[in-house]
Amino acid sequence: MNAPQRSAGAAIEIRKASKRYGAFTALNDIDLHIRPGEFMTLLGPSGSGKTTTLNLIAGFTDISSGALEIGGKSVTGLPSHKRNIGVVFQHYALFPHMTVGKNVAYPLTLRGIKGEDRERRVKRALDMVKMTDFAHRYPNELSGGQQQRVALARALVFDPPLLLMDEPLGALDKKLREWLQLEIKRIHRELGTTFVYVTHDQEEALVLSDRIAVFNGGRIEQIGTGRELYDHPATLFVGRFIGESTVLRGPTETVDGNTVMTIGKDKVVAHGRLPGDARPVILLRPERTALKRPGADAVTGENRLSGTVEEAIYLGSGSKYEVRLTDGTTAVVRSPLGGADFRIGDPVDVTFTPADLTLLPDDASADVTLT
Amino acid sequence: MPSFPRVFLGLFCLLVAVLLLAPTLVVIPMSFNGNKSLAFPPVGFSWQWYANFFSNPDWTTSFTNSLIIALIVAVVATVVGTLAAFGVTRAAARTGGLLRALLITPMVVPGVVLAIGIYAVYLDAHLVGTVVGFVLAHTMLAIPFVLIAVQASLEVFDRRLETAASSLGAGRLTVFRTVTLPLILPGILSGALFAFITSFDEIIVALFITSPYLKTLPVQIYTSITRDADPTVAAVGTLLFIATSLIIVAGLLFGMRRGRT
Repeated sequence: MNAPQRSAGAAIEIRKASKRYGAFTALNDIDLHIRPGEFMTLLGPSGSGKTTTLNLIAGFTDISSGALEIGGKSVTGLPSHKRNIGVVFQHYALFPHMTVGKNVAYPLTLRGIKGEDRERRVKRALDMVKMTDFAHRYPNELSGGQQQRVALARALVFDPPLLLMDEPLGALDKKLREWLQLEIKRIHRELGTTFVYVTHDQEEALVLSDRIAVFNGGRIEQIGTGRELYDHPATLFVGRFIGESTVLRGPTETVDGNTVMTIGKDKVVAHGRLPGDARPVILLRPERTALKRPGADAVTGENRLSGTVEEAIYLGSGSKYEVRLTDGTTAVVRSPLGGADFRIGDPVDVTFTPADLTLLPDDASADVTLT
Repeated sequence: MPSFPRVFLGLFCLLVAVLLLAPTLVVIPMSFNGNKSLAFPPVGFSWQWYANFFSNPDWTTSFTNSLIIALIVAVVATVVGTLAAFGVTRAAARTGGLLRALLITPMVVPGVVLAIGIYAVYLDAHLVGTVVGFVLAHTMLAIPFVLIAVQASLEVFDRRLETAASSLGAGRLTVFRTVTLPLILPGILSGALFAFITSFDEIIVALFITSPYLKTLPVQIYTSITRDADPTVAAVGTLLFIATSLIIVAGLLFGMRRGRT
């Protein structure tokens, strides 16, 4: 194997951690447990606290209150250069006055590794990111993607038990980003190092992560696998942030223990009811709803919302429709290849079973934060 | 074939260059004058004024004095000015701006005013005619040049590189030695050069704090030209002109080499 040695990843334990800058609270009482060797993504909009969390782990800023343990040891007060953590930055941060080889050798030199041993480890790290042929180039002679691969090699060459990445692909174009995502995934699999990855791109989070922590306004809204977050969002914010969705709001009543919401001229039934007296909203996923001709193909128990096709987009793998419902809401519906074809202006029914929808408490911040 | 405006601009630049250089270039033929006069054009040809510069102890001593003082000033002003530049750049924006304005006052205060102040203090402190006195006064005059040069490099220096170095295991001193210093070195070197030149050709303050026992080269030039029209002055001028030209050419070549990588 060409990669640096497989090392046991470090666990991270964050308990009741807060970070305040004067009157501003960047991080409010978060709890986060990251398992050894896990690929954990911190996902959220800008200013949500995900980068602050990364900086706390890296030791670039101090925690205001709470506890932070890495590999079972408290690191409070330990400066970043003594934490032995690899960090990859969005802006690459390669030393412009050193060649690629010197950049990668830098952390080894600091650790007293010299001569042939150092050469061998530098080469191994550069092999891992497929940059061996560039060892004698200077960073400004490389493209953004190449620079980031070198930065990754430099952050991993000293076999840290933990690698932090702060939007590492944010400055790259889509094709390159997708390719590097797979490279990062491969390297994570080969090394067994714990990876903590910060991004605001939910698709990237779904591609890479074992688990995702969704940040909003300095708090963690939910931690779970991509599937858990997509299928069972705990909050409206998570539901809207991960994947596409339609949110229905309307007057509700409880009938036989079920929630019934009125949307314009139609009614939607959701199983069960929310605890407490939070105002409920209904979250729909585009691929778990279907379009039917008005009144056609009825299935017992299904919900039907009448509306008009406002936009029809052919996607190759299927079609995407935007349907204006009778209360003015626009619902997004995806239909797979081979489904019925609808045109703009067609009257349609948006149909889904009570099992296909998610009933959530309303949250005004979910709308504000996304814009 | 370049267009007319380009030709015109080129000629204009040439004219300005001639105007700027002419006074300096006049000195060169004068230094080879056959007679003891500063008349232009010179009469005859001789190397005697160069010989005089290298053999007359008045000239050699003042030259050595200037060289020693300027070298010490370059070192002290570069260290102090570089530290000040760090302070100014990394303080809060308002504090930094205020400090900077304060630190560059020696550059904007009229030289004579400064000289009178320094002279008055030096009389009491017995610093007139001492190397320490010259070094202190010239360092004060040189610090603003270092500050400006180093601050310019610090402002384009990406501090995130320090964060990166720290994450790779470098303590603060190591970060400075291996990352910050190499990257701002061009600024520090040009600051040092400015500091050296500021001291080496400083005349106003020097005239006040000089003594018969400690003269710098500019003082020697000034007294020799006011007392008797000695063409040795022209020889010194020519030598300094050649020396500074060489330094500048070396600097340009160095800059070009760095620019390539």
